[in-house]
Amino acid sequence: MSPVLEIRDLSVDYGSLRAVHDVSLTLNAGEVLGLAGESGSGKSTLAYAATRLLQPPGRVPSGEVLFKGHDLLSLTEKQLQVLRWNEIAIVFQGAMNALNPVISVGTQIDDVLRTHRPSMSRPERAARGRELLSLVGIPVDRLSSYPHQLSGGMRQRVMIAMALALEPEIVIMDEPTTALDVVVQRQILGQMMRLRETLGFSIVFITHDISLLVEFSDRIAIMYGGRVVEEAPASEIYRAAKHPYSQGLLSSFPALRGPRRELRGIPGSPPDLRSMPAGCPFHPRCPSAMDVCGERMPALEPVGERRRVACWLEGVHGLDTDSNGAPAV
Amino acid sequence: MTFLLRRAAFYLVTLWAAITANFLLPRLLPGDPVQAMITKLGGRLNSDAMASLYILFGLDEKKSIWAQYVDYWGALLRGDLGLSFTFFPTPVADVLSQSLPWTLGLVGVTTVIAFLLGTLMGVYAGWKRGSWMDSLIPVTTFLSSIPYFWLGLIAISVFSVTFPLLPASGGYAAGLVPEWSGEFIGSVLEHAVLPGVTIVVSSVAGWILGMRNMMVTVTAEDYVLVARAKGLSQRRIMFAYAARNAVLPSISGFALSLGFIVGGALLVEMVFSYPGLGYVLFQGIGAKDYPLMQGVFLVITLAVLVANLLADVGYLLLDPRTRREG
Repeated sequence: MSPVLEIRDLSVDYGSLRAVHDVSLTLNAGEVLGLAGESGSGKSTLAYAATRLLQPPGRVPSGEVLFKGHDLLSLTEKQLQVLRWNEIAIVFQGAMNALNPVISVGTQIDDVLRTHRPSMSRPERAARGRELLSLVGIPVDRLSSYPHQLSGGMRQRVMIAMALALEPEIVIMDEPTTALDVVVQRQILGQMMRLRETLGFSIVFITHDISLLVEFSDRIAIMYGGRVVEEAPASEIYRAAKHPYSQGLLSSFPALRGPRRELRGIPGSPPDLRSMPAGCPFHPRCPSAMDVCGERMPALEPVGERRRVACWLEGVHGLDTDSNGAPAV
Repeated sequence: MTFLLRRAAFYLVTLWAAITANFLLPRLLPGDPVQAMITKLGGRLNSDAMASLYILFGLDEKKSIWAQYVDYWGALLRGDLGLSFTFFPTPVADVLSQSLPWTLGLVGVTTVIAFLLGTLMGVYAGWKRGSWMDSLIPVTTFLSSIPYFWLGLIAISVFSVTFPLLPASGGYAAGLVPEWSGEFIGSVLEHAVLPGVTIVVSSVAGWILGMRNMMVTVTAEDYVLVARAKGLSQRRIMFAYAARNAVLPSISGFALSLGFIVGGALLVEMVFSYPGLGYVLFQGIGAKDYPLMQGVFLVITLAVLVANLLADVGYLLLDPRTRREG
C-alpha cells in the first residue's frame, strides 16, 4: 500500500497553548484511517491543520503534510485552492450547519463544479448534480430543495454527494454522523464504504465513537491530549488495546458484536490545555499509573509489527524493570 | 401565494385602522379649524366671512360622527384631503404631491445609498477583521453620534459660508422653473449635495456596525468553513455564503428606515429649508394646519406600510426558510 497523505511531526498552537504535539500519521491508498478521542483531544484540530482550514488564532509552528510529494503547508493559497475538494474533500456534520441555509443544495453542489471544472457547461453540471444525488440515494428532484427542507440524514447524504463531486483522492469525515440516530448513522456509513470500494478513495474518519471506528475503519489512531497514544489495525485495537486510555475508550461503548461487557467509562475528565499534567497527560486518570508516568512522556514506539503505543507499560521503552515491562493489564 | 395574500389582508386591516385613527385624532382636539383660521388672521374677519368659512370646511351642519366618518372616506377615495390653511386655498393633496417627490428624491435616495454603502463596508470590515476598515468604525460612529441638526449647520457654515462651494438652502436655485432641463436638474443635484452627504454620513455607521457584527458571527458558521474547504473563490464565499446570510437582519432594519424616510425628513428639511414633506409638516404644525398635518400623517402611515410590505417580499426572496410552501 502506498501512502497518499503523510503527516509528519505536526504541531498546532492556539496562541500559547499547544493543542497538537508532533503527530505523525500516514494514510494509505484506499484505506480508512480512524481518528478517535474525547472532545478536545485534538483530532479535529489535526485534520483542519493538515488541510490548512485552521482559523486564527490556530497556527502550525512545525510539521509537514505531504500529499503526492507536495507539502500542503508550504503551498500558496492559489495552489492550495486548486487542490481543495479536487483531491481532499471534507464531510462535515451536514446534519447540523454545514450547508448554507439560503442557497439550494443544487447550487451548492454546482458551486464546486463551476469553480473546479470551468469547462463544464450548465446542463453538464446539472446532470452531474443529479448523478451525484442518485449516487447517495436521494431523489434527483431534491436538487432544488433548500437544506431546511431535508431531514438530517438527507442533509448528510447531500454533504457526501458534494464531497464526491470531483472524485477526490481523500475524504475526511469529521464526526459525520454524530447528530443522527443510530439507524441512519449505519446506513450512511455503510453507503460511504460501498462508495469507497467503487470509487477508490481513502478516508480519514474522525469520531469519538470508537465502536463505529472498530467496525468501519482499517486502522485506528487514538488521540489524547493532542498526542497519538496508540495506533494499530482496527481489529487489533478491538481485540487487545495496549494503552490504558484505548482500553478505557473501548469499555465506554457497548460492543456491537461479541459477548456482553460491562460499560465502565474513564474516571476524571479530559485534560485542560492550559494546565497539562507533567509526564504522560493521561496518568492522573490512568488505572495503572506508575511513578515514571508523572515525570516523563513516553514516546510513540512500535510494538510488534503494525502497532505503535506511547505508554510506559510497554517494555520497549527501556524501563529498567525485572518483569521486562510486561503489560500489567 | 397564499402567504402574500394573507399579508395583503393584514396590511389592509392595518391601513383601515391607521386611517380611522387619522380621522379621529383631530376631532379629539379642542377648537375647530375656523377658530384656528380666525386666530391666524388676527380677528380681521367679519361675521359673513366666518360663516362662509364654516360652510367651506363643512362645519355648518351638525353631522353625527358616523356621517362625518363616511364623508371622510368618500373624500379620501376621491383624493380630496381638504384645504390647507397654511397655503390657503391650495388643496392638501396638491401640497403633498408637490413636496413628496422632493423628500423621496433626497431622503429616499440617500437612505438607499447609506444602506448599500454601509452594508458593503460592513461586509468587508467583518470579512477582513482587524484590517484598516476596523479603524474606520470609531470615526463613522462618532459622526453618527453628532445630533443631525448640528452636523447640518456645521456643514452649511463650512461649505456654503466659509467656503461658498454649495448652496445652503432650497431645492433648486431661485428663479428657475421646475422642468426637465439640464440646467434645472443640475441645480437640483447641486442643492442636494449638502443635505444628502450629511444624511449619509450620519446614518452609515449603523449599517456598517450591524453588518460587520453579523459577518463576524456568520463567518464562524460551518457552512463558511465548508465553502473554504471547497476551494471556492474568496468573492464567492464572502458574498454568497457569508454576506448572504449576514444581511438578513439588516434587511428588516432597512425596511423600517424606508418607512421613516417621510417622517425622518423633518429635521433635514428644516435645516436646509428643503421644499419636501418634512418642511411642509414643520410649517403646518406652526400654523395648526390640521388638514395638512392629517395629510402628511396619512402619507407617513402609507410609507411605513409599503416599506413593511417590501421587507416581507425581500425576506421571501432572500431567505428560503420564510417561504411557507415547498
